[in-house]
Amino acid sequence: MPEGLHESDVKNPVLRWVDQRLPVISMVQREYGTFPTPRNFNYFWNFGALAMISLAIMIATGVVLSMQYTANTHMAFDSVERIMRDVNYGWLLRYIHANGASMFFIVVYIHIWRNLNYGSYKTPRELLFMIGVVIFILMMATAFMGYVLPWGQMSFWGATVITNLFSAIPVVGQSIVTWLWGGFSVDNPTLNRFFSLHFLLPFVITGVVFLHIAALHITGSNNPLGIEPKGPQDTIPFHPYYTSKDSIGIVVYLLVFALLVFFAPNMLGHADNYIPANPLVTPAHIVPEWYFLPFYAILRAVPNKLGGVVLMGGALVVLFFLPWLDSSPVRSMRFRPIAKWAFLLFTANFFVLMWVGGKPAEAPYILIAQVCTAYYFAYFLVILPFLSKFERPLPLPESISRAVLSHRGGGPLPAGATAKPMEKA
Amino acid sequence: MADVLASPPKTSPSEAGPRQADPVGVHHEEGPPRRDFLKLAAGSFAAVGVGVVVWPFINSMNPSQDVLALASTEVELGPIAEGQAITAMWRGKPVFVRRRTPQEIQEARAVPLGELRDPATDQSRTKPGKEQWLIVVGVCTHLGCVPLGQKPTDARGDFGGWFCPCHGSHYDTAGRVRRGPAPLNLAVPDYTFTSDTRIRVG
Repeated sequence: MPEGLHESDVKNPVLRWVDQRLPVISMVQREYGTFPTPRNFNYFWNFGALAMISLAIMIATGVVLSMQYTANTHMAFDSVERIMRDVNYGWLLRYIHANGASMFFIVVYIHIWRNLNYGSYKTPRELLFMIGVVIFILMMATAFMGYVLPWGQMSFWGATVITNLFSAIPVVGQSIVTWLWGGFSVDNPTLNRFFSLHFLLPFVITGVVFLHIAALHITGSNNPLGIEPKGPQDTIPFHPYYTSKDSIGIVVYLLVFALLVFFAPNMLGHADNYIPANPLVTPAHIVPEWYFLPFYAILRAVPNKLGGVVLMGGALVVLFFLPWLDSSPVRSMRFRPIAKWAFLLFTANFFVLMWVGGKPAEAPYILIAQVCTAYYFAYFLVILPFLSKFERPLPLPESISRAVLSHRGGGPLPAGATAKPMEKA
Repeated sequence: MADVLASPPKTSPSEAGPRQADPVGVHHEEGPPRRDFLKLAAGSFAAVGVGVVVWPFINSMNPSQDVLALASTEVELGPIAEGQAITAMWRGKPVFVRRRTPQEIQEARAVPLGELRDPATDQSRTKPGKEQWLIVVGVCTHLGCVPLGQKPTDARGDFGGWFCPCHGSHYDTAGRVRRGPAPLNLAVPDYTFTSDTRIRVG
């Protein structure tokens, strides 16, 4: 073998020639073939792969939709209607793209829930988690700008309300808003730049997703027990075990996706967005898309403009500090008798925020939103730091294999099937 | 720059050894190494250069000349009857023009300034001698919705002016915020009476 080439195990001579010069095949084999993965994943560990699939679907449908869409205030609405009526399968592509956003957020919310419940954000995965939060924020920006493109009433007024959030910044706020708009109101320059950014950001997300996965493959995955694998008896190769488990998840995901697209394509949308944008008339009841509602509820809970904007941003920013706010060494909520209930309440609280965010800003909804906002922040800033110090966690299992095998009716374990902690590094 | 040059010499591993061990001869003078100065100078120039290159990109997103050229609008006031209001379009935003009744003016003037979130007299929001005419930008100062109150059938809120349905801000007959999350009064645009029945906004 000539000097400077990669040592390759690939048998096929052509692929081997490539792999010696650019070891992508070795890499895929190492990272997705033999990659040692905890043997006790449950189905919550499907949602990273599902998020990848969602991103791919959104980019694929988005690229072909952009070939038919016109980013001009006079033509945008009609070009979307043309996609729905005249473009071959335009209705299908658009409904996949519109509901795909909802599916993406459902998947990512469950992915985040999995993370919080099993303490995956804790050391050594802090940076992995923080990169994930960055992806979530980029997704929100992308989804928001995508929703503006059809140039319906909700598009226009959603854009107006959200860009106006920046006017709450003291002194320079109004200049920033004018800069964002490229004018003195949401208008053609705004639509054009939103289209440009809506096209760009998914590729930025793709880049950050690669960082997310690179970081994941340094630390390895967490698992439902929240204890690290202690040796080969605690892990199984990613392929074929988790490729097949992920496949089952993908089938269920596509089933739900298809139900939405074919039987309820407008269920998660808003009828007002089928009215062309009118800068002189605000719809009586503006609501963002469902996936923004909890944060919108936090915004409206505060009777002060700057305060509302700061809390809404803070609801996301606080996540970056979570790995240090929760300093309990026990990851999984299974072994945290009090934190478990606090987290369940947090989950319910999030749904209440989502519900109240879709209601008009009046009594009693404002009060409910205020109570829920208080709990949202209390969970991160008070309850978790407090429980880190005073909660007595349940005893952790000795190892993943011991816990998994004793689940199956117990009995003595075959010799060598498990390792005592510390026996193997 | 001056205090960088005047700072005491830093001890780095290369300086800890005997002077002769410094083959490049960078550290032969007293004071901080010249390399620090070079790094700082090069860094500053690079920063300025990046700033100069980035500015056209950022400024290209500000309102362009054609957008700025459309920045004024004329409104004919003649056909507006007392108690009536019309909405004009200025810079893509609605402008509320309301011909107020004497009673509405009275109400606006009777409010003590101490009660207002964004204190402003009624006189300061109208032109002298033209107190009937209230001209404000019809954009809620909270998050930019268009408040209701222009049509006779609209809800006008608890203070007889405008009511924003988005987040529940109430404005009075001088366009001042009285209740709700909006921090400021409805903005009074720059405008001049070009004749008794005509104004130019902007």
